[in-house]
Amino acid sequence: MIEDRFDAIVVGAGPSGNAAAYTMAKEGLKVLQLERGEYPGSKNVQGAILYANALEKIIPDFRDDAPLERHVIEQRIWTMDDSSYVGMHYRSNDFNEEQPNRYTIIRAQFDKWFSRKVREAGAILLCETTVKELLRDSHGRVIGVRTDRADGTVFADVVVLAEGVNGLVGERSGLRPVVSSDSVALAVKEMHFLPREVIEARFNLQGNEGVVIEAMGTITAGMTGTAFLYTNQESISVGIGCIVSDFEGTDQTPYGLLEAFKSHPTIKPLLEGSECKEYAAHLIPEGGYSAIPELYGDGWVVVGDAGQFVNAVHREGSNLAMTTGRIAGETITWLKRRRDAPTKANLSEYKRRLDATFVMKDMKKYRKIPQFLHGTKQVFGLYPQLISQAAQTWFRVDGTDKRSKEKEILRSFRKARTLPGLVGDAFKLVRAWR
Amino acid sequence: MHIVVCMKQVPDSAQIRVHPVTNTIMRQGVPTIINPYDLFALEEALRLRDQIGGEVTVLTMGPPMAEDSLRKALTFGADRAVLLTDRSFAGSDTLATSYALSVALAKISQEFGAPEIIFTGKQTIDGDTAQVGPGIAKRLGLNQLTYVAKIAELDPAAGSITVERRAEGGIQLLSTRLPVLITMLEGVNEIRRGSLASAYRAAGEAIVTWSAADAGITDLSKCGLRGSPTIVKKVFAPSQRAEKVQMVPVEQSPAATAQAAMNAIFARQPALEGELMRYSAGC
Amino acid sequence: MTEAPKPTPAANSRAGTKKELPEHFKAYKHVWVAVECEYGVVHPVSFELLGEGRKLADKRGAELAGVVMGGDEAAVSAAAAACFEYGADLVYTVTDPVLTHYRNEAYTKGLTDLVNTYQPEILLLGATTLGRDLAGSVATTLRTGLTADCTELAIDDEGSLAATRPTFGGSLLCTIMTLNYRPQMATVRPRVLSMPMREVGRTGRIVPHALGLAEDDVVTKILKFVADRDSDKPQLAYADIVVAGGLGLRSAENFQLVKALAEVLGAEYGGSRPLVQKGWITADRQIGQTGKTIRPKLYIAAGISGAIQHRVGVEGSDLIVAINTDPKAQIFEFAHLGIVADAIELLPALTEAFSKHLSVNRLAG
Repeated sequence: MIEDRFDAIVVGAGPSGNAAAYTMAKEGLKVLQLERGEYPGSKNVQGAILYANALEKIIPDFRDDAPLERHVIEQRIWTMDDSSYVGMHYRSNDFNEEQPNRYTIIRAQFDKWFSRKVREAGAILLCETTVKELLRDSHGRVIGVRTDRADGTVFADVVVLAEGVNGLVGERSGLRPVVSSDSVALAVKEMHFLPREVIEARFNLQGNEGVVIEAMGTITAGMTGTAFLYTNQESISVGIGCIVSDFEGTDQTPYGLLEAFKSHPTIKPLLEGSECKEYAAHLIPEGGYSAIPELYGDGWVVVGDAGQFVNAVHREGSNLAMTTGRIAGETITWLKRRRDAPTKANLSEYKRRLDATFVMKDMKKYRKIPQFLHGTKQVFGLYPQLISQAAQTWFRVDGTDKRSKEKEILRSFRKARTLPGLVGDAFKLVRAWR
Repeated sequence: MHIVVCMKQVPDSAQIRVHPVTNTIMRQGVPTIINPYDLFALEEALRLRDQIGGEVTVLTMGPPMAEDSLRKALTFGADRAVLLTDRSFAGSDTLATSYALSVALAKISQEFGAPEIIFTGKQTIDGDTAQVGPGIAKRLGLNQLTYVAKIAELDPAAGSITVERRAEGGIQLLSTRLPVLITMLEGVNEIRRGSLASAYRAAGEAIVTWSAADAGITDLSKCGLRGSPTIVKKVFAPSQRAEKVQMVPVEQSPAATAQAAMNAIFARQPALEGELMRYSAGC
Repeated sequence: MTEAPKPTPAANSRAGTKKELPEHFKAYKHVWVAVECEYGVVHPVSFELLGEGRKLADKRGAELAGVVMGGDEAAVSAAAAACFEYGADLVYTVTDPVLTHYRNEAYTKGLTDLVNTYQPEILLLGATTLGRDLAGSVATTLRTGLTADCTELAIDDEGSLAATRPTFGGSLLCTIMTLNYRPQMATVRPRVLSMPMREVGRTGRIVPHALGLAEDDVVTKILKFVADRDSDKPQLAYADIVVAGGLGLRSAENFQLVKALAEVLGAEYGGSRPLVQKGWITADRQIGQTGKTIRPKLYIAAGISGAIQHRVGVEGSDLIVAINTDPKAQIFEFAHLGIVADAIELLPALTEAFSKHLSVNRLAG
């Protein structure tokens, strides 16, 4: 066992774990971080987008040496049917700022960098070390962990569970229920390599500008899910995912969906000539607010994906992860300074602080979305088709007068969904959105 | 007892791909690993230390990032790690490598005690030459034992060692006097998982880092490209064979395809059919 | 062997790429093959090297010499006689009881003394356990260049030895030269080169040389030798027909399909490197550059992708038949017959087809 005792043990070296460990180590706390993968990032998969605002609050000058791909200047949101898309694009030179707001990153490199910062701040990281269970004292307080290495116990005042979407440690220790298949999505992604000149020409970019495409529609074969395409410096990340329970009972597979997506007539040209060099799969929390487990207890807190902190609507996850990690780290440090024990009562401060941030506010705001999406499958099939048809009708100049075109579009919607149906869907959406 | 294991960090060659158009190596994101053959040597060294007592030092000549591999070796349980790193080593062939390593080993002897055994792996997966071990042995005047499958007896006090060595056609039982250089055969053991305490110690341990000067290497003309009698004249992909492959058309059933394949084989090698008949007749 | 070969020669522009052979090396002449002879048997790789050495010597207008070291007069003479029949013009012999069994110290001294006395420009050895043990010691003692596991040897326009071998884990080939040191040393694995014709009755000159080492000078002693049980040993290198499987077989159980076909054909069986790493087959059945090189009349590769390090191990086969589900697999670049099919389905079908054909014809014949 490790003789030394720590102020905190952080389980996991992903964005939330790194944020927590860094924050505490920087304040002089004795932190031990345990990662089951061979190196930080080896078990992580993400699109990936880095949200500068969240990272700035942890490492203000991260831009000096963090491995960043392109800064995002254009966002495209597409609804797709089988052969077309209707998109809303926003591009602005405002995003070409001194300190850009979002970047595309490659997780393998980024996580390595972040982890190096954590270690430079003074935390100790052990890789290839899996936490098997939490250790408790006779009062049920968490006092440490047991790992899979020989003589693998180590003790600390507080354990930060940054263990990711599966949350196995929390589950085994009875801190949370088993993650249900309708509150996670299974996503797959590939990295396609293209020379930067081709990327820049194809996406109308200069220098390190980047584009983000988020898409939904018939591409998920009627299941609840989304797809994405991000530009990196010399590669394109493309991926798609759906709620796991939606896959059950169909013979759809995530990889099958990805192949179909890549062959979509609007996507194929974007990937032309590229070489696929990497393939990865991962689970994404999609349960929303109601799936958030207990976030703290006597001697423990939960951060990141393990807390289901993902904004399904805006596809934000890593910034929530970093923010929850940071706030947990700040709370633990604050308690330590006041010499207050990390009891459940005292750690409730963590939740209080979280409630005041965008993290909880956004999770609460969209808490009805998972239910809405489950119950309104038209969103992934019928509506994208109707919208695409409507767009074609609208933009095709064929001698029909415009009023008739409008009428035809309205009629097509009513016919497909009936007026009550349309109104009902709209109503549900508004309620879920607010 | 002091045992030194020479270890190399190599690209995971299983993951290296060649760009189909430019014919260049795609090194991008190819992870580096400890040369797998070295792990058998390291495990053997750790076992001997556990049995007899003493220390295991791991030595690597490489770029600064080779530190990761050394730290991993510490995690497995090595007591000390030394990184020999210097720009002047770039481009070293096996002669230049064995020179630098042997001077560093002499320095290790000075600072940490003369080793009774120096281990290397059988070969590296990126060079495949198996030359550095013998090179070190020759330069340091050590008795050399290659392809060792098992250490049968070791008596540090008496200065003797007996090993089983895989030779052509059989196993030799060899004895010689310490100090020795041993290259370990693959598959003879399995590297242990370090305990939590080892992993923790490894995370905090300082890795002794030596430049050429620190290690006492004064003659830089013997290092790097300058010190390498062999040079790589060119790197290339094998030329396409003039005769293209003849594809056997795939039929409806595997049975029909197999029939077609067999006929094609006999058509190209009629003598073979006769030989197979004779073989089958004799069965 | 350069640790980090550059992709273009231009990158090697510093000293070493130009031939500036020091004066004293200019006198080095002739091509030597260090003959491996243990327990009275000459390893066939030595004859393969003599065959290649002959070509190199002819190109250089030089002589081909064999080097035979051993403890037994009769064995050494017999080996020398064989060398002449395989093309050597002369044979240097070192006969001494100290050399009865291979030991690094004694053989290194014997060979380096000969080199320093008679000064060959090229020295070749077989890349066997003995050869590799010896070559590194000799090259380091002589401070000269050594290229291991070559797949091709040639003399370039300036008269230097160009040694080609796979690199980067077997994805590419590289040509390595030892421009400014002598002798230029290279090792070659068994079966990479073809066995030359034997000219019975051909003779040459024998040049005996003393070892100059006493038994007491040699610290390493051989206590015992336990020969491998022959029945266990695969004879892949010399088999006429070989069937092999790769990762396309998908599981260890499916490897039985390879063995079944091999049995019907009276063939040897083996596999690619990943199968050894996965433990599906033993290391002595690995086919490829770091395993066994084979030169059969018929080679059937089932579910093998055909990376270079496998290619160089099988290129000498008369007829290569490749089965792979990927039409773009590298193996189709050097196979003679190709079938885009699932080996798991095709292998049993082939076994059936051959079995029927051979038994039917046997009955009919």
